[in-house]
Amino acid sequence: MQPTLEANQRLARISAHLHPPPPQMDVNSSTLGIGRSNCRAKGGVSGFRVAILGAAGGIGQSLSLLMKINPLVSVLHLYDVVNTPGVTADISHMDTGAVVRGFLGQPQLEDALTGMDLVIIPAGVPRKPGMTRDDLFNINAGIVKTLCEGIAKCCPRAIVNLISNPVNSTVPIAAEVFKKAGTYDPKRLLGVTMLDVVRANTFVAEVLGLDPREVDVPVVGGHAGVTILPLLSQVKPPSSFSTDEVKYLTDRIQNGGTEVVEAKAGAGSATLSMAYAAMKFADACLRGLRGDAGIVTELPFFASKVKLGRNGVEEIYPLGPLNEFERIGLEKAKKELAGSIEKGVSFIKK
Amino acid sequence: MRTQLLMSALRRSTNTFSSPFATARSFASASSGPERKVAILGAAGGIGQPLSLLMKLNPLVSSLALYDIAGTPGVAADVSHINTRSEVKGYAGEEQLGEALEGSDVIIIPAGVPRKPGMTRDDLFNINAGIVKSLCIAISKYAPNALVNMISNPVNSTVPIAAEVFKKAGTYDEKKLFGVTTLDVVRAKTFYAGKAKVAVEEVNVPVVGGHAGITILPLFSQATPKANLPDEEIKALTKRTQDGGTEVVEAKAGKGSATLSMAYAGAIFADACLKGLNGVPDVVECSYVQSSIIPNLPFFSSKVKLGKNGVEEVLDLGPLSDFERQGLESLKAELKSSIEKGIKCMPKLNT
Repeated sequence: MQPTLEANQRLARISAHLHPPPPQMDVNSSTLGIGRSNCRAKGGVSGFRVAILGAAGGIGQSLSLLMKINPLVSVLHLYDVVNTPGVTADISHMDTGAVVRGFLGQPQLEDALTGMDLVIIPAGVPRKPGMTRDDLFNINAGIVKTLCEGIAKCCPRAIVNLISNPVNSTVPIAAEVFKKAGTYDPKRLLGVTMLDVVRANTFVAEVLGLDPREVDVPVVGGHAGVTILPLLSQVKPPSSFSTDEVKYLTDRIQNGGTEVVEAKAGAGSATLSMAYAAMKFADACLRGLRGDAGIVTELPFFASKVKLGRNGVEEIYPLGPLNEFERIGLEKAKKELAGSIEKGVSFIKK
Repeated sequence: MRTQLLMSALRRSTNTFSSPFATARSFASASSGPERKVAILGAAGGIGQPLSLLMKLNPLVSSLALYDIAGTPGVAADVSHINTRSEVKGYAGEEQLGEALEGSDVIIIPAGVPRKPGMTRDDLFNINAGIVKSLCIAISKYAPNALVNMISNPVNSTVPIAAEVFKKAGTYDEKKLFGVTTLDVVRAKTFYAGKAKVAVEEVNVPVVGGHAGITILPLFSQATPKANLPDEEIKALTKRTQDGGTEVVEAKAGKGSATLSMAYAGAIFADACLKGLNGVPDVVECSYVQSSIIPNLPFFSSKVKLGKNGVEEVLDLGPLSDFERQGLESLKAELKSSIEKGIKCMPKLNT
């Protein structure tokens, strides 16, 4: 079928975002650290440049929606190996300040990444019932490696938020890729464990019968099964739990992801709650970059509370006092975590 | 303004969910306002899922019911983990529709099939008319006093269909039935801001008429901040706003129509309804409602003021430019026939 002139014009218009003009070279952001981006969005809004790698996927689409709403974002790059033109056209109609551009396929990865302040990576395949996060390793390890090679080349100073599972291994993989490229900065590489915190706050608030906005549960360790360690003894407001409640809550928080995988019965894993958690964490990183004081949230390799600032992680907080149950849990977590980290490191080194 | 509201909702945290321990302790509701139940019919679909996410983040919602013919247990489990105020329940299959609806204050209906490239919204009529009809029969039975936000296309026809179903059941309240046209407003604002080179957050543009092609009439002559754009640009902006949906259908190349921006717009309109119910003054949004603004057009979209009983006031169109007056004339015939198509389909379907 011969496309008409009108159709060609329409196609040119809707695909214009796939061929963005080359980004301006910004003296501040190239070698001296993350300065405030000079990119101006429509109407002169200043803000940060954020890329989402895997933007057309289950998590990526909702995450793109939430980041497009965030007023700290001035430029939003959506990258994936399929379907990004459609997602980009959709999101670009929203009446918020961020300029949206879509990038499709590996040849466009570098354009997607150049000049970025923050890169969020939800790319990869999700679990099916019966799978552990580790079962995803083989496919997702390769994806993360390729994407990180792009980051090392095009935006080595960007803050990286890694969501792709198994996070316990993909974060060490990313670190090895960056080390190989000579760009590794541990303060800028963060595995997103925020969903465990979100779940912990939700489940604990329910048990306590408290206003959930007032509940804060530290969650440390890693992002899979027993490596997820909620520190219920440190819950704010200070609360006591029966032994049964502790067991119930710890189990439920550790298996929250599996709960959703099973409820979706093969249709995927958590997407909407993951998008929300990722957005909350990305927002915290951006506020840290902006210089806001007191941004405290969770971290990679070993997850614990960290203070976020202008250079990514500013301070890693000590775990604080642990009770007996938590000490035992910590040992279990460390054991499995060590194995996952080793698996990630070996993947690159071999 | 809306962005700030969504962002502050995104930054806070609250939630309840049933578990063996929930009954042990309970709390009086926090200062987020009165209990409000929102039901989403079609919650597992392309629009329904991100819409469920956004409504879960809205602190005005205390109870969120997610209904669909399949897939809702998974979506509900997912969304229920988010630490915000509302309790989430999933309902799957027609047997559970009544329970999903009971006690709802606002019902949002994104259910139905989306367009493929080359289709008009009207091409969806045959399938979606039947879906809308069954859902509305249940609404008239289980939640006749709720505000109904209709997203299912073709909105120009599905809203009249809903009205007919409610009239037959004796539950029709013309102040409580809305066709959601917010996405046209969102698009008009975005495209105008681009051309006028102003911050999109400051833009206001009314969009009137209906929700398909030339029945969508953006009133750029009333847009603020003023930009004195040349006629050619106004024409182009008007066309782009009218074809905005098609633009996305084609970009998605068979994979669907606007989902994310539609969820965003749907959430904004539902939020406005909730604010109106809660007595917030001066809540005004464009919406496709029963209207006497234009003779011979029983349904028409224009600015409406929202209040405790739904539509409090349908506002006048205001002054129109010549181009807009022409546009208004051109849309009348198509809108009238879409409305009639909706009204007429009622007797044909088995009750």
